Amino acid sequence: MSEAVVKLENINITFKQKKQIINAVKNVSLEILDGDIYGIVGYSGAGKSTLVRTINLLQEPTSGKVSIDGLTIFDDAKKINTSQLRQQRQNIGMIFQHFNLFEEYTVEQNVAFALRHTKNEKQKLLKPSEISNRVSELLDLVGLSDRATNYPSQLSGGQKQRVAIARALANNPKVLISDEATSALDPKTTQQILQLLQDLNKKLGVTIVLITHEMDVVKEIANKVAVMQDGEIIERGTTLEIFANPHEDLTKEFINVATGVDDAIEKIKHQNAVQNLKSNQKLVELAYKGDSTDEPVLNQIYDKYNVVANILFGNIEILNNTPIGSLIVILSGTKNNLKNAEKELEQNGVVVNVIKEGKVSD
Amino acid sequence: MINFIKENLPNVYQLGLFGDQGWLTAIGQTLYMTFWGAIFGGFLGLVTGLILVITDTNGIKENKVVNFILDKIVSVFRALPFIILLVLVTPLTRSIFHVGIGVNAALVPLSLSVWPFYARQVQVALTETGNGKIEAALASGATFWDLIGLYLKESRSELIRVSTVSLISLVGLTAMAGAIGAGGIGTTAIVMGYQRYYNDVTLLATAIVLLIVLIIQFSGDKLAKHYNHK
Repeated sequence: MSEAVVKLENINITFKQKKQIINAVKNVSLEILDGDIYGIVGYSGAGKSTLVRTINLLQEPTSGKVSIDGLTIFDDAKKINTSQLRQQRQNIGMIFQHFNLFEEYTVEQNVAFALRHTKNEKQKLLKPSEISNRVSELLDLVGLSDRATNYPSQLSGGQKQRVAIARALANNPKVLISDEATSALDPKTTQQILQLLQDLNKKLGVTIVLITHEMDVVKEIANKVAVMQDGEIIERGTTLEIFANPHEDLTKEFINVATGVDDAIEKIKHQNAVQNLKSNQKLVELAYKGDSTDEPVLNQIYDKYNVVANILFGNIEILNNTPIGSLIVILSGTKNNLKNAEKELEQNGVVVNVIKEGKVSD
Repeated sequence: MINFIKENLPNVYQLGLFGDQGWLTAIGQTLYMTFWGAIFGGFLGLVTGLILVITDTNGIKENKVVNFILDKIVSVFRALPFIILLVLVTPLTRSIFHVGIGVNAALVPLSLSVWPFYARQVQVALTETGNGKIEAALASGATFWDLIGLYLKESRSELIRVSTVSLISLVGLTAMAGAIGAGGIGTTAIVMGYQRYYNDVTLLATAIVLLIVLIIQFSGDKLAKHYNHK
């Protein structure tokens, strides 16, 4: 069993704005285990950034308890002293949406900035030669060795984020917080940065907390996910569980955007076959995972109940080696047979969502 | 050359290069006042600008009281016309230099006038660093002084630019101080050029001040560009 590297307990954060009190985070508890890539998903304003900033106390909670790697750094307005906090922050790297690189510092100076107060094995501050060795090691790690003397303005967005990652990892942190780190990047660069984060997670064992508004990003690399809305975590679990069986509407919405199902439904609704759905027809979404993808269930319902399935859209995601599928089909058959077919599907682990039923015209 | 000046600009020639009213003496006095005014006023302004930024809401040492008071002091001094300030601080000047007038005495009002002007501009320049960079530095375990260093280095180019502006305005102020006898090119222009109708003197004084301003502007721009990597 791995340990909780980040433990947030009953975190409340309120802001006072003029005469208004805003509860940005409401009684949230969260445990992130060693080696996790933990995605936190929500729309902007959901409080995910505010919540995650308590991990390195860039945001102090109004109440609650924050523990990092077994050490309590904040407990109901009591926090560790400034120099201890600084030391803890070396243990927690952070990258940002807009990179936040120092523009008048070269790439190597940016990374070296994080090493100013780092101590070596003998508990002495690093010598300039040690710093420069460590910097080239880090730049190597993110694949930017040849850019050491460049200024950030000479780099592309993806390269800037790599420098930021090198800076964040300078002190071998236990935890890396990624605050919308790919939101300002194009899709291809996003993929590359996510790949890099995943590699670093595997290679260095760094635990990653990933804030994002895109389920796509989570799907790509996270093994766990929490969905936030109005300052609360409304749903959480392994990425597989959440994708296979989302309970909350918001979660479904995020997933459908990520898988393209939402888009597909919108387009399908305009098709003739769907506009003029007959009384013995139903437009349904079939969601299934793992084993049920191996069974020819659509064949079964035809053989047993003579229900025909006309496939309009299909999508399969492979998460942690488990396929998760989604089909949008028109089922045709007699009323009873349709009911039995739906039952049969559900027995096979397929979730059936009726999107539209045919009008009973006669 | 000398003959040309003798014939066409007799008053300019008459003042000579050295001596109490010589041109080089006047230029030296102007540069002296500009330099020391910039050192004192600049230092005060830089510190004030820094304090204004770090004590501001969400600053690294947020302090509403200090921020409020300092902000108001700066605003009040900014609003005072220089010529009035000059008269107003005479008692203070006397207590420091035991005279009310002269190149050294003029440093008091000059510094006091440049200080709030520069402080405001420093404040704006530093604010452009943005919270994001400060947050990133904090997250990497930076100390208070690391952050001050970061602020100054990140806005280096902008600081040079605003220093140039302040320095030029300071040259203007020394000329104004000259009007009440502080010395320098300003005194030459007023006492010789204006009061004695020596138009050639006024013209040369103007040309010299322009040249000083242009040199400052040119070097400032060059330096600012050199240190800008944004």
